[in-house]
Amino acid sequence: MDLALAPETLARWQFGITTVYHFLFVPLTISLASLTAGLQTAWVRTRNEKYLRATKFWGKLFLINIAMGVVTGIVQEFQFGMNWSDYSRFVGDVFGAPLAFEALIAFFFESTFIGLWIFGWDKLPPKLHLATIWTVAVGTVISAYFILAANSWMQHPVGYQINEESGRAELTDFWHVLTQNTAVAQFAHTITAAFLTGGAFMVGIAAYHLIRRRHTAVMRTSLRVGLITMVVAGVLTAVSGDRLGKIMYEQQPMKMASAEALWETEGPAPFSLFAVGDVDQGHNVVAVEVPGLLSFLAHDNFSEPVPGINDINEELQELYGPGDYRPNIPVAYWSFRWMIGFGMASASLGAAGLWLTRRRFWLAERLRTGEDERPRLALTRNRELPHLLTRWYWRLALLTMLFPLIANAWGWIFTETGRQPWVVYGLLKTEAAVSPGVSQVEVLISLLVFTALYAILAVIEVRLMVKYAKAGPPELTESDLNPPSRIGGDDPAADRPMAFSY
Amino acid sequence: MSLPELWFVIIAVLWIGYFFLEGFDFGVGILSGTLARDRAERRVLINTIGPVWDGNEVWLISAGGATFAAFPEWYATLFSGFYLPLLLILVCLIVRGVAFEYRAKRPEESWQRNWELAIFVTSLTVAFLWGVAFANIVRGVPIDADFEYTGGLLNLLNPYALLGGVVAVVLFTFHGAVFTALKTVGDIRTRARRAAGLLGVVGGVLAAGFLLWTQSESGNARSLAALVVVAAALVAALLANAAGREGWAFVFSGVVIVAAFAMLFLALFPNVMPSSLDANWNLTVENASSAPYTLRIMTWCAALATPVVLVYQGWTYWVFRKRIGTQHIAS
Repeated sequence: MDLALAPETLARWQFGITTVYHFLFVPLTISLASLTAGLQTAWVRTRNEKYLRATKFWGKLFLINIAMGVVTGIVQEFQFGMNWSDYSRFVGDVFGAPLAFEALIAFFFESTFIGLWIFGWDKLPPKLHLATIWTVAVGTVISAYFILAANSWMQHPVGYQINEESGRAELTDFWHVLTQNTAVAQFAHTITAAFLTGGAFMVGIAAYHLIRRRHTAVMRTSLRVGLITMVVAGVLTAVSGDRLGKIMYEQQPMKMASAEALWETEGPAPFSLFAVGDVDQGHNVVAVEVPGLLSFLAHDNFSEPVPGINDINEELQELYGPGDYRPNIPVAYWSFRWMIGFGMASASLGAAGLWLTRRRFWLAERLRTGEDERPRLALTRNRELPHLLTRWYWRLALLTMLFPLIANAWGWIFTETGRQPWVVYGLLKTEAAVSPGVSQVEVLISLLVFTALYAILAVIEVRLMVKYAKAGPPELTESDLNPPSRIGGDDPAADRPMAFSY
Repeated sequence: MSLPELWFVIIAVLWIGYFFLEGFDFGVGILSGTLARDRAERRVLINTIGPVWDGNEVWLISAGGATFAAFPEWYATLFSGFYLPLLLILVCLIVRGVAFEYRAKRPEESWQRNWELAIFVTSLTVAFLWGVAFANIVRGVPIDADFEYTGGLLNLLNPYALLGGVVAVVLFTFHGAVFTALKTVGDIRTRARRAAGLLGVVGGVLAAGFLLWTQSESGNARSLAALVVVAAALVAALLANAAGREGWAFVFSGVVIVAAFAMLFLALFPNVMPSSLDANWNLTVENASSAPYTLRIMTWCAALATPVVLVYQGWTYWVFRKRIGTQHIAS
């Protein structure tokens, strides 16, 4: 049975849903691993108990999150073969290698050492136990690199040749695949955005407790760590995003013209703030623009022409034959804006928070707060933020934890749909990539099964997260404060309960 | 040995490593629903594999990734062909992973009972489906000239494959029982040993049927040698188990798993997925593989990474070497 749909439609929806869902967990995993490891490092070095309580608290949320990241990741690796078998045949030689490297080098690290960390509190001496969470953190980052290098190859294929006989892409330079500028820029942009996500997550939950003046010592520290992370990561996300944008103007001008709904080539080209376009006629009906800014974003000067959608489409038709080489332009346009808007909003709130909650810098004595107090929001040296605004800031700080998650999702939707109709840019069209032997009913079944399962798990996960986030940091136990000095525990024969068990 | 042949061996090693490791944790999952008498015992069983199941599962991710990179045609045909069973495997692995991590995160009785049921059902289902899948790979399935699977779902549910599924379940449960006896103290240890004795005998009979069938349909001298190893190791495992030598029993039950799956790979070689329609349409080590450059860099990666993985995974088992019983589970 065939449904009245293009064969690739359902497979694309499935890939979109499973991937966006997977990527809700990935950035939090990457950043919380490092942030938890940082807090645990502070505990091991200072023996200040607030750091251990913070480690246990954020570590618990990290574990609830990573469990989902791991299990949804398995689908990612297998669905290329399931729904995209012609893609797999065409690119396996090139694309499979980074995936295999990821599993062998990074994922083994993460999954093995996470077990050691979870169960190791009473089995490993403190420094060794600390090393296990750092290993997990490093593993997640290496993992991200290989996966993003693979994706970058789809965005901008390099280091390969087409075997005329078999009609397949064959790898010729793996190093080039790993180090091309697309991969480096995508990695930088994705990792910094991941840390923005983790920082905002910490700030949001810390704000929740600080509003209620609970667990103040731990949450004050967490707030500060989160805010600093947000600001540093926010700036770097913007810088790396600018760099990635410039690379995309060279490598996929159509994606960027669509992001701006720039129909005709213009120089100087304006940056669009708002547009309503007519895709069939190829122009905008309504447009609000900042003159020259787009030229600057693309080329670092305010006058250089930026090619428009209609001209690029003609060029691509000459290059690759007749056809429509435009992605879904409204999706590209709006996803690009949601990505930047939510990302910027989040980073700005972080910057505002870092200023308002400063401890000493340009701050009158009477506005300074102690370790166990909620920080006052000080606008200037002697002036606090008005009461109403203070309340609103804390509420916004709680909300901001969602912003980077939204920005991340739109970012992926932008870069993946913006590359259409190509699955591998310039080499393989999406319509030629699906599994010819898999029926639409089969794809529909798996689409429905994954969507339903993921929805149920989302409810379970979010409720667990909320429960543990609200509960706040745990009280420390005897065994927390007396870690073992030998591997396997000081007294392996002892019959006391394990520090952690499932 | 050519590079594609080497990669056939490496992929076989990754799959066999996966079945050796996750074999016992599927077994433990199945036993948690059958051998354990109460919640405390179920938790003892679950915690014997608590720190390691996730690392064990990465062997599957590695096998999948390596197959994608080294044999794209094999990866594409297998995963698109066995679509619905694979979907069920993925669903089970998702639920199973979440079940381990979330079971103890809420105190409610129904919450914990549901996740425990999930661990049992998903362990059983995945063990069965891997058996069915590998039996079908060895038996051969309808594959056309474009290397596309044309058989549909029912084609995969033939008697030989179903027997393969049952054998996988019983052997993994046997392996899991031996592991449980090695890792626990108290009453559950005694019962695990008794169960292992029974499962070993039943598994031996079923496996004999399945593997002799395999040998007569697609066997060769090398697969026969592996079959002999399976038989000898099973006898040794049962003897060691009966004598209370739990460490040795585990070594031999491990050899049973390794040799049984090795036999399937030996029967398969030099094909990777034979076609039941026309031998010219078989996917083989040569026609399904990547180009030499990819295989060469992958060889470097595997040669450097695998020993390191083995060392730190082995170390993990050593850190958690202590036996556990109900007294070690905080209430």
